[in-house]
Amino acid sequence: MALANDIPLSSLAPNTAGSYRPARAQAQAGIILSVPATLLLVALVIGPAILVFFLSFTNASLGLAGIQFIGVANYTRMLTDPGFAQSLRNTALYVAVVVPTAIGWGLLVAVLIARSRFAVLYRTAYFLPVAASLVALATAWEAILHPSLGFANTLLQLLGASPVRFLSDPATAIYALAAIGVWQLVGFNMILFLAGLSTIPEELYEAATIDGADRGLKRFLLVTWPMLAPVTVFVTVMTIIRAFSVFETVAVLTQGGPMKSTSVVLYTFYEEGFRFFRVGYASAISVSFFVFVTFLSLVQMRVSERRARWKANGGQ
Amino acid sequence: MILGQSSSSRIVSHAVLVTGAIIMAFPFLWMILASLTPQSEIFDGSLLPTPTLHGAIDNYGTALSAIPLLRFMANGFVVCLAILVLQIAIAIPCGYALAKLSFPGRPILLVGVLLGLLVPVQIPTIPIYIALAKSGLLDSYAALVLPWIISVFAIFLFRQFFVTFPDEVLDAARLDGFSELSIAWRIMLPAAWPAVVSFSIFSIVAHWNDLYWPMVVITNPDMMTASLGIAYFRQAGEGAGNVGALMAGGVLVTAPLVSFFLLMQKHFIRGLVLGRH
Amino acid sequence: MAALDLHIDDIGKRFGAIDVLRGICLRVAAGEFVTLLGPSGCGKSTLLRIIAGLERADQGHVRAGGRGLDAVAPKDRDLAFVFQSYALYPHLSVHDNIAAPLVMRELSSLERLPVIGALLPGAIQRKRSIQERVRQTSGLLKLDALLERRPSALSGGQRQRVALGRAMVRKPKIFLMDEPLANLDAALRIHTRGEIARLHKEMETTTIFVTHDQAEAAALSDRVAVIFGGELRQVAAPADLYREPVDLDVARFLAQPFLNELAVAAPIGGALMIGGSRIIIRDALGSGLAGTLAFRPEHATLAEKDHPGALPVRVTRIEHAGIDAHVFVDAEAGAQFVARISAERARSLRDGDNLGLTIDAEQAWFFPSNGSRQRGDHSGAA
Repeated sequence: MALANDIPLSSLAPNTAGSYRPARAQAQAGIILSVPATLLLVALVIGPAILVFFLSFTNASLGLAGIQFIGVANYTRMLTDPGFAQSLRNTALYVAVVVPTAIGWGLLVAVLIARSRFAVLYRTAYFLPVAASLVALATAWEAILHPSLGFANTLLQLLGASPVRFLSDPATAIYALAAIGVWQLVGFNMILFLAGLSTIPEELYEAATIDGADRGLKRFLLVTWPMLAPVTVFVTVMTIIRAFSVFETVAVLTQGGPMKSTSVVLYTFYEEGFRFFRVGYASAISVSFFVFVTFLSLVQMRVSERRARWKANGGQ
Repeated sequence: MILGQSSSSRIVSHAVLVTGAIIMAFPFLWMILASLTPQSEIFDGSLLPTPTLHGAIDNYGTALSAIPLLRFMANGFVVCLAILVLQIAIAIPCGYALAKLSFPGRPILLVGVLLGLLVPVQIPTIPIYIALAKSGLLDSYAALVLPWIISVFAIFLFRQFFVTFPDEVLDAARLDGFSELSIAWRIMLPAAWPAVVSFSIFSIVAHWNDLYWPMVVITNPDMMTASLGIAYFRQAGEGAGNVGALMAGGVLVTAPLVSFFLLMQKHFIRGLVLGRH
Repeated sequence: MAALDLHIDDIGKRFGAIDVLRGICLRVAAGEFVTLLGPSGCGKSTLLRIIAGLERADQGHVRAGGRGLDAVAPKDRDLAFVFQSYALYPHLSVHDNIAAPLVMRELSSLERLPVIGALLPGAIQRKRSIQERVRQTSGLLKLDALLERRPSALSGGQRQRVALGRAMVRKPKIFLMDEPLANLDAALRIHTRGEIARLHKEMETTTIFVTHDQAEAAALSDRVAVIFGGELRQVAAPADLYREPVDLDVARFLAQPFLNELAVAAPIGGALMIGGSRIIIRDALGSGLAGTLAFRPEHATLAEKDHPGALPVRVTRIEHAGIDAHVFVDAEAGAQFVARISAERARSLRDGDNLGLTIDAEQAWFFPSNGSRQRGDHSGAA
């Protein structure tokens, strides 16, 4: 790389045309600089994604020779498989709990922190889970939520309540995982909201004060919430995608149990693809996953576009 | 700002923040306490584990001797660093070319990058796993690093940063004798520094803590990363059920990243703010 | 140091359907200071970028010291460019900004590396020589105290000097400057203008300077090339340009700040008829076409209203400008003129005064409506 620095562009483009063409020199440089990324993009992202699409219509299986085209059989199986339906339900439940809680809490914390004197202290505390190794901290959570002797149940008993078997009760396991998910996402969302808040000009708040919305909810509704709209859309999509891709806590703490109550889509995909090596079926699952994420992204684009138009029309 | 808040609402807001902060920090506190407490006393019915020197020595001793924890961490470090360096080395020139050079194929590449942004990272893993298996690369650093060296997110982020960079400075550089590649490295990279820092934190945190991909491609304990190592420790003989030692391992694995992250949090936020313009 | 002459032959450039430059020919002597003057969008900056090699001409050639530059990459053209925005490297200190062209040219990429570079034979010596030259340049521009600062910590004037330093340090054969003073405040602009003139005198480098400010052009240049709508209209020394504008556009652009214009019918018998009086001017009136009579405010005199040969006028407004004043007057038939008189005299005038306006016929021009003015017996510069 260092040596390539010294090849003058003029020597790369001999003066056959009799004229130095800045546009041509730039075009050459552009191609040279983007070739590695282009090749890798094709080899590692787009190519495999297309391959997965084709594999989803086959009965490909790792270790077994021969691939047969089986049409949409994987998809029909997916739709009729009670196990997959169960993992879809679990995922939906997880997403439904995690997304609003993690966003609402993150926003609340960001707004309160932005006005607090101890901002740095609070921010640091809420930030901790973002960087933490989830595998290690999930283990700590597991101990805290221990069915009989954990901190949570000791506390409940001190308060006179009966113990809850958080992670080992099929009725509560998915909620326990969701709580851990919220715990991990709040800090990240808070950071994004804080970044968004810092771009709101102070003059707007001053104008709001003069207009009578001088504190609390009024001023939040008049200035903060509309100005945060683009960030909110971004945070929502990010949170939905991350909640949908929950994997670590399931893999470490429950392996989908008890009684399949925490088997989620990505974990099912992992088991089908890399434990049972049913490549065709796993591919169909991941194609559905892709369609879902693309749908969400399109919705995000539409929403932010509408917001942008609304803004351009003087809505601030 | 202070004028707008009554003292009662300030108390409520502090109460909300403090409660949340305690919940956020509590697992860390518990992990640290448990890592210092003898295994037999962790679940003795008391509210919090009570640390003893003997428990600390025992737990950390077990964590470091029962599994090659330092080796796991070294693996994780090498993998994260290799991924980050390659991601930046590939994304910076491409981001520069997409932002500032017009060349045939640029619109298509841009569409490719945007499409790539939509593809969840788990999607391409099956074909990549098959390719790695066929070329005998499973259980290697290459298997851990290779799939991640192209980051469409980085390319997109850097391009957004470069678009607003003044063209006159680039012209000046061309007259001063910079080649296009040295413009990318010596001018654009420093200009995008806040974005590079933000991206680096994203990348390091994601790959240090990643469990999914190491679980897929690594079975040999010698090649395990920190996250996979802890997960393995949970199941492997001595770790199973030894919560104290497990928590000691957790502290060791978590500490470097959390301290790095806390150190960099200001830059991280700055990069995010700048990135939105 | 040897300066180079610069030949621009028949340069043409199109952006889409628009002719940005048409058949520009210009010969600049070695060591000469030539200004490209024209309104914004006239193509002067494009011409400069073509000379630098940052843009390609659709036709024509650029030669320097007899060598064709068309096939040469910008960095090998041995010229330096000062940009309007200064285009400093934001992440480099003042010292490193000035050193950049030397470092990029004289050190190999290995030698540029911090530690390894120092171990290579010859590198230390070359680095020392670069530092020496940076120090010389910064001394010349009084930048010594700022060498460690970043551009963001400098004032506009300081940034401007750093940009000059970066251009000067490698002793180019030709200097190209694109409105380098445009972003400075008025006082600093005049000061820096003097600095540039002084540096040019010392270094005698061939310089092409782009500006839209005629005062700047007049103050600095050996010759001024006036460009309008992509065409080179006139090349002349500032004094000649002032006296002998070749067409109405040039005359208007060079007026400071007012020009009197009066549409007149075709001349009869070598004289123009204005408000009943005959005016004989020195320009050849020849072809019998209608046109415009133009003269500067300083070439109009205000006399008593019944002064022989004077146009009867009425004062509408007086603008004081230090030692002089501009007096705006209305003539019959809606014509309006400006006369520049001493401020002392203007004090005795009031709005509504009736006066007579006389024109210094020796200094007035006649621009026929179909083209360039035909010069009279006075000899102007080429």
